[in-house]
Amino acid sequence: MTDEIWKNEERAVFTLRSLYRRYGYAPYKMSRFEEYDLYVRNKDFLVSDQIITFSDGSGRLLALKPDVTLSIVKNAPEAPGAVQKVYYNENVYRDYREIMQAGLECVGDLGDYEIAEAVLLAVKSLKLLGDRFVLDISHMGLIAAVLDSCGLSGQERKQAMDCLRRKNRHELEALCRGSDVAWEKLSTLLSCRGSGKEVLDRVAAVLTTDPERQALEELRSLWKILETSGFENAVRLDFSVGSGGMHYYSGVVFRGYLAGIPASILSGGQYDKLARKMGKRCRAIGFAIYLDLLQDGQRQDSAFDVDTLILHDGTVDTAVLTAAAEAAAKDGSVLVTEVLPKDRNWKKLVRFVNGEAVQ
Amino acid sequence: MKTMINVALPKGRLGEKAYAMLKQSGYDCPSIEDPGRKLIFENPEKGVRYFWVKPSDVAIYVERGAADLGIVGKDILLEYQPDVYELLDLKMGKCRMAVAGKKDFRDPAGQTLKVATKFPNITRNYYSGKCRDIDIIHLNGSIELAPILGLSHVIVDIVETGTTLKENNLMVYEEIVPISARLIANIASYQFKDDVINEICESLRKQVEEL
Repeated sequence: MTDEIWKNEERAVFTLRSLYRRYGYAPYKMSRFEEYDLYVRNKDFLVSDQIITFSDGSGRLLALKPDVTLSIVKNAPEAPGAVQKVYYNENVYRDYREIMQAGLECVGDLGDYEIAEAVLLAVKSLKLLGDRFVLDISHMGLIAAVLDSCGLSGQERKQAMDCLRRKNRHELEALCRGSDVAWEKLSTLLSCRGSGKEVLDRVAAVLTTDPERQALEELRSLWKILETSGFENAVRLDFSVGSGGMHYYSGVVFRGYLAGIPASILSGGQYDKLARKMGKRCRAIGFAIYLDLLQDGQRQDSAFDVDTLILHDGTVDTAVLTAAAEAAAKDGSVLVTEVLPKDRNWKKLVRFVNGEAVQ
Repeated sequence: MKTMINVALPKGRLGEKAYAMLKQSGYDCPSIEDPGRKLIFENPEKGVRYFWVKPSDVAIYVERGAADLGIVGKDILLEYQPDVYELLDLKMGKCRMAVAGKKDFRDPAGQTLKVATKFPNITRNYYSGKCRDIDIIHLNGSIELAPILGLSHVIVDIVETGTTLKENNLMVYEEIVPISARLIANIASYQFKDDVINEICESLRKQVEEL
């Protein structure tokens, strides 16, 4: 009974909260409004540019928060060794919709441990939300280094990223015409997908420059940790993640999926570049979970809205009705009413005729 | 239980050709070949389910996960920019997106160019790349009428053979992009059904290469 009344997303909020607390993340509560200026300056970081704005009494332009990350980075610590770990669940406002979001951010003087911990927490979050899940991992630094070494810039670079993002081999081939090196590298990134064993060495074989190799080594050590933690079957390396519209991401990027939900439910990565752009000397990693998508996977609770419907004509003694309702509530839900409700169905109907209960 | 793959086919000749290729790949569905009013066709043995939808809706069915795979024209992908994987160019339904106008058309330099089209986003992107100021007139059909009646200077539309244009004294001035049919996949479905989707994709790729 208690389990039934939780909506998927409500249950998720509580299980995730306890997971993040266990790893030392503190709750973060942000105000509903932020100064519009913060979002305008970092518009590219936002998923949607439809921000709801209004002015306060003194004429300052405020926005209903479309995002949580920017507010956390704004207040990130900059001292050497200082790390701030927070989790949140907040409603954000995009395209005139209210979206329930949970997530965590780790900002400050991050080392490899913090990066690995955040990725592991992403996998663990997915595991709490469903039995079948996949986390796709990519590395923006690797993609950028490969594009650099191919000499792609401007429009071509954007097109190449777009092809990677859409697994669009045919247009990538046309784009790389004339450069066998670019085609070899980029088509390898495009077609490689799977476990570290299947992907890492194949990619390593086509790399030629130091920045490329360095980024790949970062992925390799992350993969080892995921493998040791027993997630090698749930995590795939896939370079279609984060190849488009994520130019504030610098290192590891990832996206999580649950079977039965038609879009990615978790999205995140390392976004040092955003912190730098906001004038912060710190590194940052985090992810968001779009809880409203869990409604898609909501199971139908029961075939009936109420278990027992008690229908009376208004003349029945209140004490009698109360006793009948209490008895019915013991093994299910009960609704006491004088008229048959049109928009609800029920399993059992108890009707009071002349003060007597008739089943 | 066999994984079911849902495929959205565009109504019309393109969809029929695409189905023929899928059938060749071993994903046949006998009931689809019976004429009737059914909307969904299933072959549980092969683990495949087909449905016909309006060509411009295919991308929506796939993006939202009602279909795992779909066959759709590149024009629709460019116009609506759905978040899907574009796995294969099927090299059929070939045509081009082009700017056309009356035979005696001259670009009214110094004026806003009036463009009639079914594809406002493609049109906007194309002209903003050229920094040309335009006024988009969004029509749903019979685009060719617009320049003839003086509603617009030019049109941006799909040109297959060019016969309709010729018969109406219109001609192509600029080609924007070549168009053909593409195999698309829902990104989340791909995570869980990648083995089957890759198998279908590879088999279709072979057929395309043999053409």
